[in-house]
Amino acid sequence: MSDTTPTAAPERAAGLPAQSPPVDPAETAKADARPGLSWWSGDRGEGAKRNLGLLATLVVLVVIGILTRPDLYGDASWVWGNTLTILKLASVVGVVTVGMTFVIIGGGIDLSVGAIVAIAGVWSTTLATQSYGAGGMIFSALTVGLAVGVINGLLISYGRLVPFIATLAMMVAARGLAAEISDKQTQVSNESFINGIATTKLLGIPLLVYILAAVVAAGWVLLNRTTFGRRTVAVGGNPEAARLAGIDVRRHTVLLYALSGLCCGIAAIMLTAQATSAQAAMANLYELDAIAAAIIGGTLLSGGRGTIIGSLLGVIIFSTITNLFAINGLSTEAQNMVKGGIIVVAVLVQQVQFRSLTQFLARNRATTT
Amino acid sequence: MSATSEPGRMNSEEADVTNEPLVEAPADTVAGEVVLRLTDVVKTFPGVRALDGVQLEVRAGEVHCLLGQNGAGKSTLIKVLAGVHRPDSGEVVWRGEPAAFANPQAAMRAGIATIYQELDLVEDLSVAENAFLGHEPRRLGFVRRGHMARRTRQILARLGHPEIPPGRLVRHLPAAGKQIVSMARALSHEARLIIMDEPSAVLAHDEVGNLFRIIRELTAQGIAVIYISHRLEEIREIGDRVTVLKDGRTTAANLPARETPTRDLVSRMTGRTIEYVFPDRPADDPAGAELLRVEGLTRHGEFADVSLDVRAGEIVGIAGLVGSGRSELLETIYGARRAEAGTVRMGGRALRPGSVGAAVKAGMGMAPEERKSQALLLGEPIYRNVTLATFGRYARLGFTDAGRERAAADRIAAALELRPRDVRRPVRTLSGGNQQKVVVGRWLLGDTRLLLLDEPTRGVDVGARAELYQVIRELAARGVGVLLVSSEVPEVLGLADRVLVMREGRVVREAPAGELDENTVLDLVMAGSLMEGAPA
Repeated sequence: MSDTTPTAAPERAAGLPAQSPPVDPAETAKADARPGLSWWSGDRGEGAKRNLGLLATLVVLVVIGILTRPDLYGDASWVWGNTLTILKLASVVGVVTVGMTFVIIGGGIDLSVGAIVAIAGVWSTTLATQSYGAGGMIFSALTVGLAVGVINGLLISYGRLVPFIATLAMMVAARGLAAEISDKQTQVSNESFINGIATTKLLGIPLLVYILAAVVAAGWVLLNRTTFGRRTVAVGGNPEAARLAGIDVRRHTVLLYALSGLCCGIAAIMLTAQATSAQAAMANLYELDAIAAAIIGGTLLSGGRGTIIGSLLGVIIFSTITNLFAINGLSTEAQNMVKGGIIVVAVLVQQVQFRSLTQFLARNRATTT
Repeated sequence: MSATSEPGRMNSEEADVTNEPLVEAPADTVAGEVVLRLTDVVKTFPGVRALDGVQLEVRAGEVHCLLGQNGAGKSTLIKVLAGVHRPDSGEVVWRGEPAAFANPQAAMRAGIATIYQELDLVEDLSVAENAFLGHEPRRLGFVRRGHMARRTRQILARLGHPEIPPGRLVRHLPAAGKQIVSMARALSHEARLIIMDEPSAVLAHDEVGNLFRIIRELTAQGIAVIYISHRLEEIREIGDRVTVLKDGRTTAANLPARETPTRDLVSRMTGRTIEYVFPDRPADDPAGAELLRVEGLTRHGEFADVSLDVRAGEIVGIAGLVGSGRSELLETIYGARRAEAGTVRMGGRALRPGSVGAAVKAGMGMAPEERKSQALLLGEPIYRNVTLATFGRYARLGFTDAGRERAAADRIAAALELRPRDVRRPVRTLSGGNQQKVVVGRWLLGDTRLLLLDEPTRGVDVGARAELYQVIRELAARGVGVLLVSSEVPEVLGLADRVLVMREGRVVREAPAGELDENTVLDLVMAGSLMEGAPA
């Protein structure tokens, strides 16, 4: 701090940085050194704490399950089976959410994910595509997802459309195209390899859960350990600073939406396998589930902050709630009300945390300058 | 900071003004009682001391001008008066009583109206609805539209604009008309003090005359006006007294607006408040081969036909006021803005216009004017901010190496004496000076050959200033070229080897720093329109 006006004196006395001799930096570093970086939070202590809160929420949900259905929870094999059911339920939306998390951290939003899943699913199950076999179907689903994502990205970064508008338009257009291609019919998948993706189990765990795990792991590495992830945080946190540091913000924006599209392509294959068919109305409202899961998971809607693990926990919390209602024989309507409430509570809690954090920083500012 | 302890050494005679009785204006220039008095007002935000002891005294019926560079604290001061911010310490006395406005509504009710630069009108409401926004005359919950229109018409007549229809949508009014609506809103609140933040910035020349006529009518009715403007000639014309802010402090209070020499005003606004320590220049001519050559660079309305060059190891300073086109020039050289004409060459090779990537690849680095909004990821750790432009170099096959990055950032932190030294702390927790070190330090990694510095010491405390100067000088000694923009003339003269003076988008003088003195540069900076009618 610069000057020593009489008014400044009391604060300074409280913080006493100026008058005291310079602190040995080595000492400071030692004092501030944090315990090792936890593997499940990237290397942010802040994110780790938030994820602990999500885990606690999950525990509460399980406890509610035990209290409401002690008969079922008494059976260990049922509990294991139910856990797999929850994870399987979370798998498709989970894959979409990983892509969504990248887009939101990068300062955008993708409302078209559900529609991309539908167009990719429908495209890959046309008779023409199916004639190329399972490989052709997978290839076309991934390519269509990627291509639609690239179009989103180009519209946003080079066409300068607001992400909300561009992906809203894509949401409508892609569903329309999917209905056109499928002639509003349900297209049955005759490829046993594809259908087998939903039924295959490895070591007693469904293949779908492995796919989710693989996508989450890849997403975590991409976000926390690669230059791509670093650019994503920079572009979302302060696009101007990123640009002036020489990062190609527009190109990166295209890549983010392409990644989201690719995740939708993967999800399309998983969903087609589960239903052994695809249709234009599939993956309805997935965009809302994915955005909600990312937000609950602590991703800042304005960009620059978020974790893959948080998003995953967000998805699992949602599917646990669905499961909780199912095992108690309650309606989907009541379920949606609870989900809505959870979103509000999660965001409120985050705001309180953020506010107390900034207050904490303000109070300690004197000692850090 | 270590060098900030003794008050006596810190403050020159100018800064001491704050602790002495305010300079009283001649009694005949203003007649009214004091309606507003600020004493030692301090307001801090994380990382910056926006107001650092402000004194202000405003009388009824006067136009009190507030003068200061960008970042001097004018906006914060306005927001304190408008009830947006609450001061950390100090006293605000409004009409004889200590005041602490909890929110903008409270300030409004007390009779303080603020007209912001970006007018806060609702474009799709009518003139009358905007004038009475938030306090519409009501009966049984229904807005009395006729009554509201009638009163709006009266107010508009009082402002000398009876021709504006109260029912017209604000969207359809020109900028000058919108400003009238803002003033009508102030009068609808029976404001006793109207704060105008650069009201002339949105107006054409002839409209400014009309604005002044209105201001005179308002003051004749005993209303006090705080008038903020960069344009000295306006202050001469409309102002009664002037208070000058610099770095969040009052450097001069209650100067007579018409009689004070321009040079005095400018030097209080831009000049040093303390004796800066500049590192010595090397004895022999340090400059090497030509690094940067800019020819005929032009952006309409910002700057025109600028040519300059920077050699390796040379510090070239650009002096100029806000609005002289200096920051825009720097950003255009860097590729952050696209030049309309002219070329930028680095080491003889022309750079692709409008591409920051190309500039960085060619060895340029920039520390932009607005640290927080243009340079930093505030929530991210220090090391990630230091390596923001270079993390790709520490990565293998696209995988980042946080350990190597931290080690590199540690070296930078040690070299720049960053405090605190722990590079995993978020940048948000650093002081302004240390944040600036992070931004400059970013370009010490990698092979930056030319550093563009835009106001590198704004909001930076004294100790860190001296350290930054030292760093810049050492960089030059290592052969890095530096192009420095500053509105502080002593800084440009003290640090640069060669100086370019910019005014209204053009380079008006180029000379070795040794051949210029502060007064010469100030005259050049202020010459032309700004000097007209001013006793210098």
